[in-house]
Amino acid sequence: MPAVAETIETVSAVTEGGYKWGFETEIETELAPKGLSEETIRLISARKEEPEWLLAWRLKAFAAWQTMTEPHWARVAHPPIDYQDIHYYAAPRKKTPKSLAEVDPELLRTYEKLGIPLSERAALAGVEGGQVAVDAVFDSVSVATTFRETLAKAGVIFCPISEAVREHPELVRRYLGSVVPAGDNFFAALNSAVFTDGSFVFVPRGVRCPMELSTYFRINARSTGQFERTLIIAEDNAYVSYLEGCTAPMRDENQLHAAVVELVALNEAEIKYSTVQNWYPGDAEGRGGIYNFVTKRGACRGRRSKISWTQVETGSAITWKYPSCILQGEGSHGAFYSVAVTNNHQQADTGTKMIHIGANTSSTIVSKGISAGRSNNTYRGLVRIMPKAANARNFTQCDSLLIGDKCGAHTVPYIESRNATARVEHEATTSKIAEDQLFYCRSRGLSEEDSVNLIVNGFCREVFKELPMEFAVEAQKLLAVSLEGSVG
Amino acid sequence: MALLEIEGLCAEVEGKPILRGIDLALPIGEVHAIMGPNGSGKSTLAYVLSGREGYTVTGGSVRFAGQDLLAMEPEERAAAGLFLAFQYPVELPGVGNANFLRTALNAVRRARGEKEIDAINFLKEARAALRRLSMADEMLKRNVNVGFSGGEKKRNEVFQMALLKPRLAILDETDSGLDIDALKIVAEGVNALRGKDFSALVITHYQRLLDHIVPDRVHVLSAGRIVRSGGPELAKALEASGYAGLAAEAA
Ligand SMILES: Nc1ncnc2c1ncn2[C@@H]1O[C@H](COP(=O)(O)OP(=O)(O)OP(=O)(O)O)[C@@H](O)[C@H]1O
Ligand SMILES: [Mg+2]
Repeated sequence: MPAVAETIETVSAVTEGGYKWGFETEIETELAPKGLSEETIRLISARKEEPEWLLAWRLKAFAAWQTMTEPHWARVAHPPIDYQDIHYYAAPRKKTPKSLAEVDPELLRTYEKLGIPLSERAALAGVEGGQVAVDAVFDSVSVATTFRETLAKAGVIFCPISEAVREHPELVRRYLGSVVPAGDNFFAALNSAVFTDGSFVFVPRGVRCPMELSTYFRINARSTGQFERTLIIAEDNAYVSYLEGCTAPMRDENQLHAAVVELVALNEAEIKYSTVQNWYPGDAEGRGGIYNFVTKRGACRGRRSKISWTQVETGSAITWKYPSCILQGEGSHGAFYSVAVTNNHQQADTGTKMIHIGANTSSTIVSKGISAGRSNNTYRGLVRIMPKAANARNFTQCDSLLIGDKCGAHTVPYIESRNATARVEHEATTSKIAEDQLFYCRSRGLSEEDSVNLIVNGFCREVFKELPMEFAVEAQKLLAVSLEGSVG
Repeated sequence: MALLEIEGLCAEVEGKPILRGIDLALPIGEVHAIMGPNGSGKSTLAYVLSGREGYTVTGGSVRFAGQDLLAMEPEERAAAGLFLAFQYPVELPGVGNANFLRTALNAVRRARGEKEIDAINFLKEARAALRRLSMADEMLKRNVNVGFSGGEKKRNEVFQMALLKPRLAILDETDSGLDIDALKIVAEGVNALRGKDFSALVITHYQRLLDHIVPDRVHVLSAGRIVRSGGPELAKALEASGYAGLAAEAA
């Protein structure tokens, strides 16, 4: 199996230190004035040449947001966020490019540094056994979408959401906010009011998307928030696998990221959504880093539809994120595979919600939390079985691994079953890296750090195998980098 | 010249003295057997030699190929050519055996300033070693020791040894739990390495292993000291009379 070989390479190859995605790109940026008001929203909407209905939708969300307060139930702590001290719109100065040739070369170099195959040639060269189409969002604006033509031939729409609003308004209008309503929660409302870009994917009936789709999000400008919105629709019998990756420069200040992702799967459709989240986590003393408050939800509307969330969360100072599935269609299936790593002063409160509405629905939850340093890592999950969900099944497995004795791991599972035929299973373990495992590895010649990486990777294996190959390799590298300095 | 020179080695575990002054010289190319009753300190000696945390050296010295062994980290000892086949091999869930072994092999190679082995050549070598040990290729895909039978775990240790090609192997009861055929295969695995570049300390309770791996010397450990040393005939004598007389002699 090549994955095996890759793993070894990876574990041994990662020796460089610190956060290597922390550089800043020198490009001219257009910034909206700091602060949030109707005026800011009108400005964003105007910049994006949006139709009236969308502006109205944003303003409604803003009105709802003003009546809401930040949720406080998560096990995370941070100084108050000043929502008036953030730029809600930042865009590279140059006009939105029509083709790759028009993209600012400085931007292309940034994406090259990030290892993203932005140009089609690079994509072809970089990815074995398949092609990856990439949409790249830089601060608030989508800068390039590759492989458009190939996808168009298959009937797949993959473009920045702002473009979809212009080119496919009927689709956007039908589905936007249909899974995560504008007033769903504090951060979703904020996103609905000010979202600037993100990806739009539409896979029509019967189409298997011919390649992996992926989006890279990059926060570059100072004092900006990133509020992207992603909408993916798979019609009957359609299939798509989508990946997102995220990085940000190193800064002393905290930056806000509040994204919304909505997935809709119709009859027998399948959506696989994978995330490799590596926002800047802050330094070893806990200064700086991204506040990652994200609402991700998928609706299995059709019978026997499937949605799976796979996430590898290594970055961010704070992660607040619960990718969920609404299992409405009869026999539909939801899955959540998660690796969340926290080190130093990072805080992660993450998990999933599986809402079983239809009969014979099933869900699988596999969560692997790794805490090191003085970090806190919480799994928070809800499995709700509604009265009509006869024979619903859930299997949950939550494993926590502790490295050192100053970190914390917490598991908070909520189970609500309102149908007697349903079966819900929950398993949870908490362990430390065992001394005998470390010694066994070291006695074979591995350094202490490599030994920890190997053991931790083994711990995460069940989740990594859900990721497309090339991203599994990236995930392992990230894991190694995140845990650097956590032993000894 | 001795590859391994142990002088007056004392060690304790959790404040309890276990090794009480061990003297042992293992010349290059020789295989010595270490026998002795349960709890006499055989595994402790093996762990102290490989640098396990919690096994505190309180006196004495150990030189390995001219180096101060006790000053080295466990991984440095491995790189210097020391290998311990564990009495109780450890399970590593989710870690593939092939991955583990190639990582180990390359770590050791890097430390020795050698070129790393690529996946293809590694698989070639690994498969060849497996065939010599009459083990299935499937072993490579399984997670390290997870769900292995007792005998499979022991054979996996010998397989690792075959690939890592140590200068000094410490085999801690590698024969226990092996069926007769497996015992022969393991012994052949050790004998195949025997020569001027390979020495071994073979810890065992049974003569039947020493029928296959004929040792140059036999040492008997009792209550943390070597109380008797002799040729291969010593092991045979012990088989007949047990340790009872020796313990009394030492006391
Ligand atoms: N981690 C430990 N904590 C406490 N005591 C220990 C520990 N390890 C070893 N000992 C003690 O040290 C003594 C020697 O143990 P050791 O495992 O070295 O014996 P052995 O000669 O290998 O025995 P066996 O033939 O049963 O394998 C025993 O009394 C044992 O209980
Ligand atoms: Mg023992």
